Order: sequence, then C-alpha cells, then structure tokens
Amino acid sequence: MFSYEHNTIKKMITQDDVNYIAGLARINLSPEESQPLAQDLERILDYIRQLEGVDVSEVQPTSHVLSLKNVYRDDIPVPSLAQEEALSIAVQKLNGSFKVPQIID
Amino acid sequence: MPFKNLTALSRFRKLSINMTNFSRQTASDILSRLTDGSITAASVTASLSQTIRDRDSAVKAYVRLNPDLEKSDISGEIPIPIAIKDNICIRGHEITCASKILKGFISSYDATVIRKLKEKGLPIIGQANMDEFAFGSSTENSCYGPTHNPWKLTHVPGGSSGGSAAAVAADEAFWALGSDTGGSIRQPAAFCGVVGLKPTYGRVSRYGLIAFASSLDQIGPLTKDVRDSALLLNLIAGYDPRDSTSADVPVPDYTQALTNDVHDLTIGIPNEYFIDGMDPEVKEAIRAAIDVLKSRGARFQEISLPHTPYAVSTYYIIATAEACSNLARYDGVRYGLREIPATARRAAIVDMFEETRDAGFGAETKRRVMLGTYALSSGYYDAYYLCGQKVRTLIKQDFDNAWKNCDAIITPTSPTTAFRIGERCADPLSMYLSDIYTISANLSGIPAISIPCGFSREGLPIGLQIMGPAFQESLLFRIAHTYEQAVSWHKQKPELIPSSSVD
Repeated sequence: MFSYEHNTIKKMITQDDVNYIAGLARINLSPEESQPLAQDLERILDYIRQLEGVDVSEVQPTSHVLSLKNVYRDDIPVPSLAQEEALSIAVQKLNGSFKVPQIID
Repeated sequence: MPFKNLTALSRFRKLSINMTNFSRQTASDILSRLTDGSITAASVTASLSQTIRDRDSAVKAYVRLNPDLEKSDISGEIPIPIAIKDNICIRGHEITCASKILKGFISSYDATVIRKLKEKGLPIIGQANMDEFAFGSSTENSCYGPTHNPWKLTHVPGGSSGGSAAAVAADEAFWALGSDTGGSIRQPAAFCGVVGLKPTYGRVSRYGLIAFASSLDQIGPLTKDVRDSALLLNLIAGYDPRDSTSADVPVPDYTQALTNDVHDLTIGIPNEYFIDGMDPEVKEAIRAAIDVLKSRGARFQEISLPHTPYAVSTYYIIATAEACSNLARYDGVRYGLREIPATARRAAIVDMFEETRDAGFGAETKRRVMLGTYALSSGYYDAYYLCGQKVRTLIKQDFDNAWKNCDAIITPTSPTTAFRIGERCADPLSMYLSDIYTISANLSGIPAISIPCGFSREGLPIGLQIMGPAFQESLLFRIAHTYEQAVSWHKQKPELIPSSSVD
C-alpha cells in the first residue's frame, strides 16, 4: 500500500493509512478521531518533508550523542523489587502474576 | 463572605503576605537565613503552604499536593521544599505524567534525583502539572486541565514543565525539577520569568524519569535565580549505574562558577536564529542583553548554524519515534487504566490494548504516537527515521564547528512571549514551531539555560538562552550570573491577587 515516486515521499496520508497506523500503534480510534488525524498528520509530514532537500548521502546517523558502547555492570546479584510490591498496583493479579484476559482464541 | 471593596482587601492580603511570608525568597537566601538562625524551617514550610493555598486555585501549578508537607522531616541539611514534575517517580506517591492512562499508578521506587534530594533533606511539595507525557509547549495537554501563567492568568505558562515554572514564578515553590526533551524546561522558564536549565545529556540520571524520548530527555532545575540553579544542579548531577546513559564525568561545585566576569569570553550569535517571525519585542530584549554582556567585557561574534531550519523536522521524527516505542508499555496489562470493550473477541487481550490506549491517551499523545509509528513503519523507516538521524548528525556538527569560533552561544529562548490559552490548540504545527530555538540543544546533547531578560509591553516575561559545549554548565552559570548581576528582571514578581479574595 505504500509506494515511492522517484525516491521521494509524495504521498498524501489517507484514511486507510491512518487506520493501518492506528492498528500498528494498538489504538482503537473512533471515526471522529481518525478523520482530523489524517489532516493533522498530513500537515506535519508535509512540513517534515523539507528534509528531502538535505544531502545526507555521506552522513552517518546519530542515534545517541554520547559515544557509549555496551555499558555493563559487574554480575553481582543485588536485591530487587519484591514480587508482592511489584504486584501491589496490578489491575488484576492471580497466584503472584498479572492477570489478563484470554490471549489465544 | 461577600466583600464589596476587593481592592482594599487584596491590598491588605498582599501586605500581610509580605510581612509574614518567606515564600518570595530564593532557596539560597532561605538557606543562609536558616543557617544564621533568623528563621526556622517550620516557618518556611508554613509560609509556603499559605502561599499555595492563596494562589494555586488561580494558577493551578500542582496536580497533587503532599498532604504531609507541614509535617515533613525538616532536620536535614537543606530543608527547602521543592516541586517535582509529575513524571519523576517518588516512592509511595501517585505519578501520572498528567495522563489518564496512569491514574492510580503508585511508584514503588524513588528516581535517582529524588533519592539525592531526600538525602539532603528537601521536603517534596507535590507534583507539578505538565503536558501529557511531556508532549506539548503549553501545559494545555494535561488530563487535569491547563496551568495558568502567573503573569497573566489568561495565558499559558509554556510547557511541558509549565506547572514547575508557574509554581516557581508564583512563589508556590522555592525551586522545582522539570524535564526537557525539546525545550520543556527552558521555554516555560522563559514564559514565566524564571531560570531553567537543561543540563548536558548524561549529566543527570534519568533513572525514574518516565521516558518520553530516551536519547533527548534530561532532568533539570527551575529556579528563581542563577545561584539556585547551580545549587540545585550540584544536588542532582552525577554518574548513576542505574542509568546506562549517565556520564561518568566529574561534577564540579557549580556555585564556584558564579563569578561576575565574562571579559575573556567570545559569545556567538547565530545568524539563522534571528529570523522573521521573531517577535520584535523579543529581538529588542535580546539585543539589549547582548549590550549588557558587552559592557561587562564579553566579545560577540556572528556565527552560522546552517542546519537550524531542519531542527524542528528532525526533532519531530526522532522524538515521536522514540516516544511511540516508550509508550508501548501502556497497554492495561500491569498498572494504570484497563478498558475491555463489552464486545471483546474471545482473545480479548488485543481489544484490551486498543481500548485502553484509546481511552487513556489524550489527542496530542495519539497524534505523536501515530506520527512516530508512521516514521518507523516498513517502507518509511529510511525516508523519515534514518534521514532524521542523519540530519541530527549535521545539526550536532554545526555546534562542534561553532565552538571553534566561540565559547558559548546566545539566542532567544522562544520567538514569542506566552500566548493565550487555547490560541494554538487547533494547530499542532504552530505549537511545534514554538520550540524552534530550544530543540537543537537536545538533538546535539549540549547544555542550555534560559534566564529572564525583560518584559513585553503586555507585561509578559522574555527569556534569553545561553548554550555551551557538553559538560560546560559552569560556563553557562558564569555568563548567566554575570548578566543577572547587572539587571533586576529576575527580582520582579507577578502581581497575583490571592484567589481567595477574588472568590
């Protein structure tokens, strides 16, 4: 459903796109919410598309400003949060676990 | 009780506050008066509680007050109460990020900054309002409703740390912690006429700060003057093994930097920041501030940060992409809100995720989660997210190059003064563009401070931003303090009529 035109992103955000993204984001949008969102996202993306004008062909991406790599701690066991405490604000709990609705059909 | 003569009453109330209330003072002043024994910690806490009672029904800086504030342990080294943004975890307290989805969430641990403050004996006043998950520049996107700017109650305090900034400006807090992902400490500091610092990325531990964009977020102080900012950074800075992105760089005593001297400094003024669209009154105030620093011996030089026009776009790709990932944890499984539709399928858990997130997230949160999901989605990752990360490199390089020609950079904090509540709600892009001067510091990880530098004719505060190289907070304090010594903007107070006399 997504396509490029001449390697640029010239596509308008459609109502179908919004519904597809909402599915990925696990948000059950009502029709009243999704319609203005399509317009908002299109306007914001239209602005963001200015980045197409930047030559980044020789540029490395920055995911992080500090040059940190593999920060490890010593493997020494320390006390962690008690199970009872971790579950103290659970919406529902059962036998020391979080209880959720059925997960398999 | 109906009063006919409100003016006389409010004059009386203001007078009585001035005579008995310590809440107008800075934390440093209170600390020295506690040390010389001229006041007691109990009277400080009592004064503050009175000011909050008088004012917060109008300002609405707090979403939750510590009911035991006046019973706090005040035997510690620095018993000066502090306001905490509602996204920093405090053991045993409800923390919600001003979101319905976290209502009822009680933290089971202290954030590292909270542990450090508790060790020094700072009582916690309560949680300050914010934009939901720190998504916004006005504190209007809060499930608790907006905070009002103490200088003009019809106007926003800025955001997202608007509650923290308004509390300090209204003397409802001696100081406060906020968090800054794209300007969320500095812009509200500018709008409310207080001092706000975003430290270098990694300077302050993020352990216990509820994540928005993990490569950009940083906790920092909002204070009444530069000295308090340095003092509070002393208390919270430093390496923390619990935050793998915190930097193992020594922490100097920042108050040692408060010399009145900038004669050996070259300060850069970026051409790209003085653009059309900047409020002429803001421009005038910045020019005047530059003249003050010139008169103190600083040299100024025009510099170029050529990728500035791309900063907002880059930020909104990276910040929303990281946010949609961080917010995936709010699904109704473990804590907070859980909604299950009546018509759920047999495998109801997916319906629960989708219904909980629809009911729990506000409009701006949904917009950003959707934008971030789109930028990361198959077929768009390279065009948006990867491209954003590459332009981020260029923005960072702009600053690396700038430091070859100057020691620090001065800009406005925001292109305008505070806007009216509701004015920009209908247009998310115009709200995003109000961060244009602040987001580059987050993208490149450098420290930046906003200090008061004047008022508009309407009586709204204007903020001056000073940026410096990574881990050079001392340099920012030195310049900011030197400027502050020459002016009195930070000493002006909003003429808030206690709401109890208006009712």
